[in-house]
Amino acid sequence: MHPAFSVLFLTTLIGAGQGLFLALFSVEAYAELGLVPAPGSDFFAIGSLLSLGLLGLGLFASFFHLGRPERAWRTATKWRTSWLSREVIVLPAFMGMVFLYGLAHWLQFNPPLGVLPGDNFVLLTVLLGILGTLLAFALFVSTAMIYAAVKFLQEWHSPLTVVNYTLLGAASGFTLATALAAWAETGLVPFLAGWAIILTLLGLVGRVTSLIRNARIQPKSTLQTAIGIKHPAIQQKSQGFMGGSFNTREFFHHRSPAFLRAVKWLFLISAFAIPTALLALAMVMTVDPTNVLIAAFVIQYLGLLAERWFFFAQANHPQNLYYQSVS
Amino acid sequence: MTQLALVIDLNVCVGCQACVTSCKEWNTSGEAGPLVDMNPYGADPTGTFFNRVQTFEVGEFPNTETVHFPKSCLHCEEPPCVPVCPTGASYKRKEDGIVLVDYDKCIGCKYCSWACPYGVREVDAQRRVMTKCTLCVDRIYDQDLPEWDRKPACVRACPTNARLYGDIHDPNSVVSQAIRENGGYQLMPEWGTKPANHYLPRRKTRITVREDELERADNPLKIDSQLPKPGRDEPSLDDVTSW
Amino acid sequence: MAQTPSQEVKNTTCYMCACRCGIRVHLRDGEVRYIDGNPDHPINKGVICAKGSSGIMKQYSPARLTQPLRRKPGAERGAAEFEPISWDEAFDTLAERLGRIRETDPKQFALFTGRDQMQALTGLFAKQYGTPNYAAHGGFCSVNMAAGMIYTIGGSFWEFGGPDLDRSKLFVMIGTAEDHHSNPLKIAISKFKRDGGRFISVNPVRTGYSAIADEWVPIRPGTDSALLLAIIHEIIAKGLYDRDFLVRYSNAGQLVNVDEANDEFGMFLRSEVAGDEEEGCYDPQDKLWWDRKSDRPVVTHTPDADPYLLGEFHLQDGTSAKPAFQLLQDRVQEYTPEWAARITGIPADTIRRLAHEMGVTARDQRIELPIAWTDSWGVEHDSVTGNPVSFHAMRGLAAHSNGFHTIRALAILMSLLGTIDRPGGFRHKAPFPRPIPPCARPPKGPEAVQPGQPLDGMVLGWPADPDDLFVDEQGGPVRIDKAFSWEYPLAVHGMMHNVITNAWRGDPYKIDTLMIFMANMAWNSTMNTVDVRKMLNDKDENGEYKIPFLVVADAFQSEMTAFADLILPDTTYLERHDVMSMLDRPISEYDGPIDSVRIPVVPPKGECKPFQEVLIELGSRLQLPAFTTPEGKRKYRDYPDFVINYETEPGSGIGFLAGWRGKGGEKSLRGEPNPNQWEMYAKNNCVFHYELPKSYQYMRNWNKGYLEWSQRNRITRYAEPILIHLYSEVLMKFRAAAQGKGVSRRPPAHLAQRVETYFDPLPFYYDPLECQATDKHTYPLAAVTQRPMAMYHSWDSQNAWLRQIHAHNLLFVSPRTAKAAGIDDEDWIWVESQWGKVRCMAKYSEAVEPGTVWTWNAIGKAAGAWNLTPQANESRKGFLLNHLISEELPGGAQGPISNSDPVTGQAAWYDVRVRIYKAGADEPEVTSPQFDTMKPYPGQAKRPRIWNFFAAKGGKK
Repeated sequence: MHPAFSVLFLTTLIGAGQGLFLALFSVEAYAELGLVPAPGSDFFAIGSLLSLGLLGLGLFASFFHLGRPERAWRTATKWRTSWLSREVIVLPAFMGMVFLYGLAHWLQFNPPLGVLPGDNFVLLTVLLGILGTLLAFALFVSTAMIYAAVKFLQEWHSPLTVVNYTLLGAASGFTLATALAAWAETGLVPFLAGWAIILTLLGLVGRVTSLIRNARIQPKSTLQTAIGIKHPAIQQKSQGFMGGSFNTREFFHHRSPAFLRAVKWLFLISAFAIPTALLALAMVMTVDPTNVLIAAFVIQYLGLLAERWFFFAQANHPQNLYYQSVS
Repeated sequence: MTQLALVIDLNVCVGCQACVTSCKEWNTSGEAGPLVDMNPYGADPTGTFFNRVQTFEVGEFPNTETVHFPKSCLHCEEPPCVPVCPTGASYKRKEDGIVLVDYDKCIGCKYCSWACPYGVREVDAQRRVMTKCTLCVDRIYDQDLPEWDRKPACVRACPTNARLYGDIHDPNSVVSQAIRENGGYQLMPEWGTKPANHYLPRRKTRITVREDELERADNPLKIDSQLPKPGRDEPSLDDVTSW
Repeated sequence: MAQTPSQEVKNTTCYMCACRCGIRVHLRDGEVRYIDGNPDHPINKGVICAKGSSGIMKQYSPARLTQPLRRKPGAERGAAEFEPISWDEAFDTLAERLGRIRETDPKQFALFTGRDQMQALTGLFAKQYGTPNYAAHGGFCSVNMAAGMIYTIGGSFWEFGGPDLDRSKLFVMIGTAEDHHSNPLKIAISKFKRDGGRFISVNPVRTGYSAIADEWVPIRPGTDSALLLAIIHEIIAKGLYDRDFLVRYSNAGQLVNVDEANDEFGMFLRSEVAGDEEEGCYDPQDKLWWDRKSDRPVVTHTPDADPYLLGEFHLQDGTSAKPAFQLLQDRVQEYTPEWAARITGIPADTIRRLAHEMGVTARDQRIELPIAWTDSWGVEHDSVTGNPVSFHAMRGLAAHSNGFHTIRALAILMSLLGTIDRPGGFRHKAPFPRPIPPCARPPKGPEAVQPGQPLDGMVLGWPADPDDLFVDEQGGPVRIDKAFSWEYPLAVHGMMHNVITNAWRGDPYKIDTLMIFMANMAWNSTMNTVDVRKMLNDKDENGEYKIPFLVVADAFQSEMTAFADLILPDTTYLERHDVMSMLDRPISEYDGPIDSVRIPVVPPKGECKPFQEVLIELGSRLQLPAFTTPEGKRKYRDYPDFVINYETEPGSGIGFLAGWRGKGGEKSLRGEPNPNQWEMYAKNNCVFHYELPKSYQYMRNWNKGYLEWSQRNRITRYAEPILIHLYSEVLMKFRAAAQGKGVSRRPPAHLAQRVETYFDPLPFYYDPLECQATDKHTYPLAAVTQRPMAMYHSWDSQNAWLRQIHAHNLLFVSPRTAKAAGIDDEDWIWVESQWGKVRCMAKYSEAVEPGTVWTWNAIGKAAGAWNLTPQANESRKGFLLNHLISEELPGGAQGPISNSDPVTGQAAWYDVRVRIYKAGADEPEVTSPQFDTMKPYPGQAKRPRIWNFFAAKGGKK
């Protein structure tokens, strides 16, 4: 497939935004349970704003993918069948929830909404956090399922796609949260860095698993099934036009295999290896690790852009069987 | 329930591209148009076409078959492009099974094209909406056209009548008969998309000449020429035997 | 709310190629919205091809010329610097110049035209002007096909006849033949296959119709006659010929004088009463048979006689004679399948099997139709029979320097199988069959060209013997292209491919004005493109152009227009009147004559003027007799008026159109001019179809009823039978002259050997001339072109839709050949012949014979030509094979000779031999040669970069 930058930015930016929100709420939940020191409300407010920014940027990028962005509102209508439609519903819902969550923290408006057995109060921010978490996961699933649901793209058509979108989004969000903590709430750095490392490593496992899986894929369609002729030696001589078409632009990356390999190593290093090392370094640093963690996030994010590029480029659409040759 | 479709006979398609340009010509000025052409007089001209004829070589010299292969939307009975559409712009008509795009609803997200294994949808680069074969829905029901003319433009154009058109759910239609009798098949059956369009394979006609058919009693050589006579002095059994 | 646009449908005739299908042009608010096939048209029956469907884009092409243009004073030719002028100025210039030439030496004006479909008018203009220097593109197209078959069976493939696939069981197509009669042939082949017919294709390349053949027989280019002769060998050896047919309808049984010492050697023996026969352009029935029953010579077709086809006989005066069929058998004796296998690359067993399939199908699947008819000798037959084996061939066979004999061999094979004008075989189309050869004769000498006078003789004709050659006292050519000279005696379509070279060299003489209509002689219609372009620009020692004045009439900015001194903008086919006339190449079908017309459906663009109007105007201004009243006044208002009122002779009743003649349109074929003829064509789908009675539809060479009908309607002058010439006495007459026998003219000494060799009365195999002159170790590969069905000649690269399908071309090479040369798929390579080289891309193909490389014809363009951008694929990646092909071959002491068939002057496009090698890694990935970029001309439309074509935008979108 042709990796469109609008989609690369959309999926990576909202992934980081979702991950950041999950990190914020994890902190709040852990703090409620007393497992980590409770940060000030600014931490949550600024974090939510940051998350919202990432989500907004992602949404903005997504419009560049549409031929007719002015009709984008229509996309919500087919949620019964279309994962894309679902994503379009869940994304604003999630953004709204992040907004409310951040707003509640900023205004420190956190009335108890009820009492659970054992005298535990149900706080507004916790409720919003739980709902946001559910929406974040729903969004991960919706986004990933847009790809995983396309059975023709065998590289994508796997639960691993959902797992990886979730893990990679979460990892980059936790890395960003760690950087935020280093700047605003240093006490949270070990907790967040630890989770960021865990998520990054889980993401690595997931992504490498999918790389291994994809390397072994037997294409379901062949030239033989594409044109219905049973013969081992079939070659296309003409695709019917010579100057290219939508079919040659949308479904091909037009890059060499060597370039693809380079991108693969690039993202393995920059999305996983370097951030893990920097996060670990930050945990043991005695001086202010903010800059190191910002670097960790930026490098990881760029790595994830490369990962997403590779994700598209590696996917080989069966329609390509029909577009191999001009003469 | 009706399912309109094309049946393409690879046995007679000579790859003349008539269906390609007649389709473009009808549709660019029709309900589905205009279909853009970019760089029409420059480098790498490229435009929106609903139908393409491709060429494949099967086998190795001298046992090579050159196969011309027209391809347009197959109007699948289980169209994978329809449920993925977030706006409902991509839809399949109940009344005749034609898969269409509502250009007023399409947001140009291209998702339907990802969900089509056949590569038959094209975003019009200028109108920025998804376009595809409509089976000339603006011809086939047009009461202003005479009955014989209510066919897709490609079908009307095809000089070898390689494009049959009709209802594949009607067992008595020409298309159903052709599929049944000539080994009609679907593309990429492995996906379960059940394309309505079918293809008919190459069929070979052979003539067998048996050795004993070569000579016939009325061979004209018997009239015009005597069988060669051996010279009188050539050896024969008469020279060496006596009974 | 948008107003409902006005919708209108107008009928006319397509001209996106030479097929001439009936089309319906749908107009929306007067703008062309859609063009489809006319279902009521006999040619295409409603279908249309890729080109026809793209006719709209021709109207809007920015390559269109829109005003007369004159080369800017001081600008060099080829620099494409023009200024617009008025038509009046253009006509004044032309009339003054042509008038001056006509009064001094009319042959200084040469008019050569491309595929114009108006040769009846252009030829008439040339004849009336008085110049012999006229021809259309036939000489560089497929004249071998016309000549080879017409000199053998009195008809030919082309517009003149074809395979009766309706009833055929076995169809054999040889060589590339996609571009003539293409839609009807596509319709027929499809129907034929569905009816269970077997289709065999013999071709070095498997594309086009060959793709759907049941069997592909790959053959080396230029060796087709070896295959055909070997099949003939096998057919005769197995006795699979149709003896009854040959006896009665060919000269197979006629006795040929075989006494080498005799002055009449090689001629037919004739009965002594021959002197009584009227001399005419027909084959008198005065030859002799050796009757099997009485064992003595008798006049042919003597009732109850039956000739020997084999044997040698001695007349009372001691003359030895053999039947023509015996000579044919003698000739093919050595041409065994094994012999042919070595030459053609086709296994001997395959050749034998092909012969058996043909022979047994012809013999055992006889068709009998209950149609009574009477033959020329008065014998009544109560049925028409036929042998269902048919053939088709065109340029693939023709465009070789041995093509004439190849095609003779094909016609003879078809005759042996008994398939001439019979159901399931070959069928004629009116006005064919014609006498062998047809009656039109070229002028006989330089005296035919006189100042101020029309030419004495036909500009193009059919020589029947050496006395019909158009030569001077010394045997030298009179025409600029040397057609009808001893070098190319039967050049019946002229030799346009040598005009520029000859005129440039002044051999045989210099000319003043060359007018080219619709032919791209600076590009794909010329051989040796690079040098010919230089010749067009070359100046003599006085600084004058060697071809002083060049006029080009065309609708588009072709490469040729760049060299013009004067450009006349022609209209497109949708903007003008045209006739597909019986005087030219009508669109007849097997069941009778058909002609058709074009009627404008949209107004001309800019100042475009149909070339016909230009000729009528010039003819009137020059006061040429046919265009002028006896009082010296203009005779015809315009071209439509001319078409209605012109008669071949005053009162002949024969004009350009055969339908709705007579004052009220009540007559057909012959009749007085009808002032409402155009309207009547318009009302009838623009086509006139005269369906012959069934009994006149077959066996027309010898069908008394048909021949007399044809004579009555003045299609032919004579109603004599047209016997098939297995043995060609016409050719023998030329050979005899070269041998110093007979009383006719003799060839110049340096050509005697050539004429003697190639004017063999029976077909024979020889290596094409260029192959003979090439070191095959250095240049091991044959290079040919084929026609893409979506692209016609150079016409359609300016067409926005068609050029998306074929934007550039690659050289197709067998992977085994390519790999041996270290060439990968899509590598840049050099292709080199002994005449030139081109750089292009190679494309692997398993559908080409490994000793052959090929490409699509005429896709490559010069940069900027046809108003494409200089970056267009056509010029950057496209190429012409023409750069590798020479128009001349070394000819020894007498100078070069044309790279053509020595009999007919047919351009030998497909004889070139090449080698291929990888281009250097440092070389640019652009085809070579490249030429200076052409600039747009005044009056040309801008090229849109993005185009949303929607006809009559007021309509809706």
